[in-house]
Amino acid sequence: MIERLRQILVKEFIHLFRDKHARFSLIVPPLLQMLIFGYAATYEVNRVSTAVLDFDHSPESREFLERFSASSRFQVRYILQNESQITSLLDHRRVVLVLQIQPGFAELLRKGRTAPVQAVLDGTDSNTALIAVGYINQIATRFAQDYQLQLADRLRPALMTFAPHIELQERPWYNANLEGRWFFVPGVIGTVLLVTVITLTAFAVVREREIGTLEQLMVTPISPAELIVGKTLPFLLVGLATVIITAIAGTLWFQVPFRGNVFVLLLGTTLFLSSALGVGLLISTICWTQQQSFSLAFFYVTPAIMLSGFGYPITSMPHALQLITYLDPLRFYLFVLRGTFIKGVGLGVLWPQMLAMTLLGAGALTLATLRFHKTLD
Amino acid sequence: MSLRRLLAVSRKEVFQVLRDFRSLLIVLLMPLMLMTVLGYGINLDTRHIRVFAFDREGSPASQDLLKRFESSEYFDLVATVTDYRALAAALDDGRCQLAIVIPHDFSARLHDGRPVNVQALVDGSDANTAELAIGYAQGVLGAYGATVQADYLRKSNAPTVNPVLSVEVRTWFNEDLESKNFIVPGVAAIVMAVIGVLLTSLTIAREWERGTMEQLISTPVTALEIVIGKLLPYFALGMLDTAVCAAIAVWWFEVPFRGSLATLAVGSGIYLTAILGLGFWISVVTKNQLAASQIGLVATFLPSFLLSGFTFPIEQMPLGVQPFTYVIAARYYIVILKSVFLRGSGLGALAGPLIALVAYALIMVFLAKRSFHKSLA
Repeated sequence: MIERLRQILVKEFIHLFRDKHARFSLIVPPLLQMLIFGYAATYEVNRVSTAVLDFDHSPESREFLERFSASSRFQVRYILQNESQITSLLDHRRVVLVLQIQPGFAELLRKGRTAPVQAVLDGTDSNTALIAVGYINQIATRFAQDYQLQLADRLRPALMTFAPHIELQERPWYNANLEGRWFFVPGVIGTVLLVTVITLTAFAVVREREIGTLEQLMVTPISPAELIVGKTLPFLLVGLATVIITAIAGTLWFQVPFRGNVFVLLLGTTLFLSSALGVGLLISTICWTQQQSFSLAFFYVTPAIMLSGFGYPITSMPHALQLITYLDPLRFYLFVLRGTFIKGVGLGVLWPQMLAMTLLGAGALTLATLRFHKTLD
Repeated sequence: MSLRRLLAVSRKEVFQVLRDFRSLLIVLLMPLMLMTVLGYGINLDTRHIRVFAFDREGSPASQDLLKRFESSEYFDLVATVTDYRALAAALDDGRCQLAIVIPHDFSARLHDGRPVNVQALVDGSDANTAELAIGYAQGVLGAYGATVQADYLRKSNAPTVNPVLSVEVRTWFNEDLESKNFIVPGVAAIVMAVIGVLLTSLTIAREWERGTMEQLISTPVTALEIVIGKLLPYFALGMLDTAVCAAIAVWWFEVPFRGSLATLAVGSGIYLTAILGLGFWISVVTKNQLAASQIGLVATFLPSFLLSGFTFPIEQMPLGVQPFTYVIAARYYIVILKSVFLRGSGLGALAGPLIALVAYALIMVFLAKRSFHKSLA
């Protein structure tokens, strides 16, 4: 049996590394994708292009708008003279935000009343707009507080020394500077790995069927289980190599820390790969043409990425979708990746994820083997 | 060019598509599945952040502050703990995203007017959520601080000068800042990228693989007739899927549709031509389904997600990465989709992206035709 297994493994490896093209496509695309996507995926909101329209022309309004120019979150690109310019700027996507200050702004402030500021926002990109609203409010609150303190200080200096003063002292753990890339780089590694492995294995059996070599394999004394192992093991090794290479590149290039244990990561990767390979092989055994298996692979991969917590928080999903995420091995693998890279936690914390991936992997591989029995008949 | 021969090639291709019923079903179900997963699954509006509290004082004042966290829509106060170790464990395994620590001398300091620091330990491994959580926590604490301060000033009979800035936000195009309005229109671009490049490149690569392309070439059909004839059915399929996507977006997700159908059809037609041309080119160059799928994948699937502005805004990417987005056709189409749906833009306002897509399509068809001629020679 060992000999038969060895033979099929040799065959599959020759197949994988036969030509320069195949060798190239195994290593370079994942690496390239990780480098580009590691930069592309970001939710940070900076340099929001802004136009300002100041009808008040007071020291107060100037100081208020100055705070926007000084902030790295906003970039004041246009200083407008009249309201008719607003529509055209927003329609042509020149600016995302227009700040407008009505006459009488400073006077209202001096009297201690509520002074309005109009913010016209392009809401097309709802996420950027939401975050921008948060920053606008932050700047406005800070401005009002400072103004209030100045005013009170002028009126009753002694009073303010005993005024209650409360502040939030934030301490980000694991990522002191809150680098967004630390979240996305491990996520991109997992995503690229899933896409590569599923699309490769989805072809594994169906290709032999389409070319007609599956019949040849069937007349050999190889058992279905041996064939499945022979088909998965090379991809498992390729997947592990991909993870090692992209992880090294990720830590060196993006300066993402790796704080955990390499063996925990490799164990998690092996378990994840077994579920991904299982799904890929299952797809391959139920399809009749390569085109079918490829379409089906996409049908699986897209929701697997979207529901994994790669960039879209699972807690914000409707309950029914949240339940589906428990069937997604990538969900558990991303937790393992981020846990080992950024948090540096070990099996003590990650065992539930490992267990879930083991169950999913065993289920998928069993189904694939059973399906394969059937297709042989 | 003869229309009869062209339609004959198309007819053959249609038979091939119809015969492979399962592939067809997948293609038709793809927009439904993607719409459901993306429309419901992507909600960037972060709420229900899991909060742990460590109240070292346990006074009415500290309880009052925690109650404000409890009643905030952004936070779920999951548990109250009595030591730091419990907080560390909860941050490690992800049960807690934000931990609020209230100092033991909280009310005494408030009373004496000494500065009070409330600690927020936040899980920085997800930097985006962490930043939002800090922002919301500052909001809660700021509101609490303002109440305490106002109480103090009232008690000490200070002149009640309390100027406030109120930011009146008016949002255009997506008035309620709903994620679905931002995400759902773009889904058509992803669906078409998959159908356009992947299915097309696979069917044509299959002809090469099986040697039937030579048979086709030996008939009186010209190269251009083959290219157009083979792409025509996929063009129809792609347009059908776009219509399905638009219908779901408007009637199921109730995304406003403010532009004209004609603009949408023109933009979709040009994008589809560009994408089909790309698919054809890849298949002519590779002549192998496995290689065609791998290259199609790297060239379209993940880039259409990550580099097109679909969820991650291009302006926020580092300047070094932004040039890569110009070679992704989806980048232009997504602007068109979002503008037609939300802004109601016409052909004039969309001249930029439309011209870019026309140029893209021309280059692709030229490259495809040239490589096809070469491989015939």
